[in-house]
Amino acid sequence: MAMQILFDGVTADYQLGPIRSPRVLKSINLEVKPGSFTAIIGHTGSGKSSLLKAMNGLLIPSEGYVEVGNTIIKSSNNKRALKTVRKQVGMVFQFPESQLFGETVEQDICFGPLNFGVPLSQAKEIAKEVVQQVGLDPTILSKSPFSLSGGQKRRVAIAGILAMNPKVLVLDEPGAGLDPVGKKEILNLISSWHHERGLTTLLVTHDMDDVATYAENVIVMENGRIVMHDDKRSVFSNEQQLINWHVDVPDARRFQLKIEQEMGIKFGQVCLTTEELTEALIEVGLV
Amino acid sequence: MGKPILEVEELTFKYDKRLEEETLSAVSFTVNKGEWLAIIGDNGSGKSTLAKLLVGLLEPQKGRICIAGTELTDDSKWEVRRHIGLVFQNPDNQFIGTTVQDDVAFGLENVNMSYEEMVPRVNEALRMVEMSAFCEHDPSRLSGGQKQRVAIAGILALKPSIIVLDESLVMLDPKSRRELLSTLNQLKHKESLTIISITHDMNEAAVSDRIMMMKSGRVLKSGPPAQIFIEEQQLEPPFVERLKRELENKGKEVPKAYTTEEEMVKWLCKSCLMV
Amino acid sequence: MNKLILGRYFPGESWMHHLDPRSKLLAAAYFILVIFLANNWQTYLLLWVFTIFVLYSSNVSFSVYLRGVRPLLWLILFTVFLQVLFTGGGVIYLEWGPITISEFGLLNGAYIFCRFVMIILISTAVTLTTKPIDLTDGINALLRPLRKLKVPVDELSLMLSISLRFVPNLLDETQKVMDAQRARGTEFGAGSLLQQMKTLVPIFLPLFASSLNRAEDMANVMEVRGYQSGEKRSTFRQLSWGIRDTASLLIMLLLTISMIWLRTETTGY
Repeated sequence: MAMQILFDGVTADYQLGPIRSPRVLKSINLEVKPGSFTAIIGHTGSGKSSLLKAMNGLLIPSEGYVEVGNTIIKSSNNKRALKTVRKQVGMVFQFPESQLFGETVEQDICFGPLNFGVPLSQAKEIAKEVVQQVGLDPTILSKSPFSLSGGQKRRVAIAGILAMNPKVLVLDEPGAGLDPVGKKEILNLISSWHHERGLTTLLVTHDMDDVATYAENVIVMENGRIVMHDDKRSVFSNEQQLINWHVDVPDARRFQLKIEQEMGIKFGQVCLTTEELTEALIEVGLV
Repeated sequence: MGKPILEVEELTFKYDKRLEEETLSAVSFTVNKGEWLAIIGDNGSGKSTLAKLLVGLLEPQKGRICIAGTELTDDSKWEVRRHIGLVFQNPDNQFIGTTVQDDVAFGLENVNMSYEEMVPRVNEALRMVEMSAFCEHDPSRLSGGQKQRVAIAGILALKPSIIVLDESLVMLDPKSRRELLSTLNQLKHKESLTIISITHDMNEAAVSDRIMMMKSGRVLKSGPPAQIFIEEQQLEPPFVERLKRELENKGKEVPKAYTTEEEMVKWLCKSCLMV
Repeated sequence: MNKLILGRYFPGESWMHHLDPRSKLLAAAYFILVIFLANNWQTYLLLWVFTIFVLYSSNVSFSVYLRGVRPLLWLILFTVFLQVLFTGGGVIYLEWGPITISEFGLLNGAYIFCRFVMIILISTAVTLTTKPIDLTDGINALLRPLRKLKVPVDELSLMLSISLRFVPNLLDETQKVMDAQRARGTEFGAGSLLQQMKTLVPIFLPLFASSLNRAEDMANVMEVRGYQSGEKRSTFRQLSWGIRDTASLLIMLLLTISMIWLRTETTGY
């Protein structure tokens, strides 16, 4: 079953020794619907990654609480609640390939399931299954992760998260640094996993075309707050606000705005992809 | 465009001499002064190896590289490096100095420049990349785009003729990428800087003067972006070309030649007025 | 580890902050020598007045200094304890086998305690008011005469400053890797010692791999930017010796003279 995520008045900061960082999340209220695909956007340092961490108990609220499924994370938490949450929420960090450590790919993928009490033989079965699902050959299982290419490493790292069979998937720029083809493949993979398994998925990205292609809803963050949370078309129709928040619009939308300005007309709908824009251009009779 | 500032002839290289497979085989090309060349190709096409060869970090088995009239050899490489700089991919791993200005000065310290001469050079370089306000900052606390600007300033301070970007914009967000590209474009025009950018981002390739496509260690073809994007349908082109292909699929007439975004807007509006 | 104050820099605009690192380092080293001139309560009192004056003029709150002393407190108390137990002389309060608690023992213990704490406080004051890079510059400048003995002072100080640069990066990275492994169900600091050791492997391997990568990148960057070890290099970072630096060394001299005077006045030698 897909899971709901709820934030109620969440404020949080990192504390490192005597230095207390400024608040990275400020009184956040949020409801992520079960089974939805949400993109989180905002400029660097606006709190996107912190929001993801709060969903996984890696950043504990100093005020308020986070609810994932039936589990609550708040400042006075016990370890069991955190472990429950982490089992349900799979988190893919930025450049996840830099966290690989196993002697073999199989060992690395099995790490998560084993930590959550899956027996070894079963974990190995899972590893075999997910490695194929991320588009790799099962023979790779016996290789050292350090001998793989960059793109393969990324897939192995993601497989390590999928192997935990999470109900919620949170991803911090999973396509960053990959070539266009590799990036598309990874995002398609995540998208199909999302639909097949009925996951609740949250994706941090800087690429608005990814938002347009894969997400349903968009959260815009600015200075530790959620300044907008709506379906993607409403978010991108508001270009004046987006400029203030240092957020781009998808290429198709940007082009649409240029034409609208040049012609002094308004199209019937907000176009987010090349296909939509093509349709609209034909409909308006520009071609 | 002027005369060639970089000449590469029959460059051949393999990492392991025992292996048959060559990482680069007989690569030849020239780059003119003030030209922007984009080198594109898949992972494993040898483009990053080429970058390392150009700055003398690797030595070719065969072939020669000539930079600003000097052939790159083991003896001449320290001299040649004053004319060619390399910006690496990972912004985090290329700082030596503890503050932005210290880092920019690193290359100047290495050529034993006097303090009086260094100060204006450092300030000038930081101004060119619009980072003067950050001169006292700790580089590790800057954003990715700012870090790459500082790295570029470190190279510009030496007043080189060529700057090589080895996938230097890959780890940046699209916005910083666009801003940095426009800064580079200004530098190219104002300082007649020669830019070689190795990339798989087609938006980056689109702003170059010439694209060189590489595949498995060989030069496949080279030409202006307009030609390459029209001829090579398998490449993911910039947005306007994608839009044109989509319109064509729907059986619509589109301009045959390569068009920029502005030209396409004009074309669309004009075709409407004619109706 | 994050609780360690010694070696941390607190930005500020105090008089201390603006001193040349060379004069601060010289003064601190000199102070440690001067401490050994103290032999009675009058001289210790003078040293305390001086120390508090230094801490006050650094413009960093006293609580930060106290936190700096705290991690070392047990070590200090242990040393003091040994002094108290094994030094005889004067009035004896308690005797049990080789262990005596005597007047001299207590006094010596108190003095040792003062010495330790003052040394820590003064060195903390130097590091709190000096950027790590300025410290390396200062050390480099002070060690420069050793170049005559073929000691590679410049290489060493470049190494030191690059390492310092990467401390924050390494801490960030450790945090990131730990978070990533936590997200995959690792519990740090739980279970038996062996289990705890096992949880460290998934942290150290990625850190090791990325450090190797980084070292390779750095070596390439340095080479491309023209760094040749052993070649003559100029320096962009300039140290400037000002009036306050001379003044601070004069204060140190004054302190020495007062110490010697107090010593002879009160004890006769």
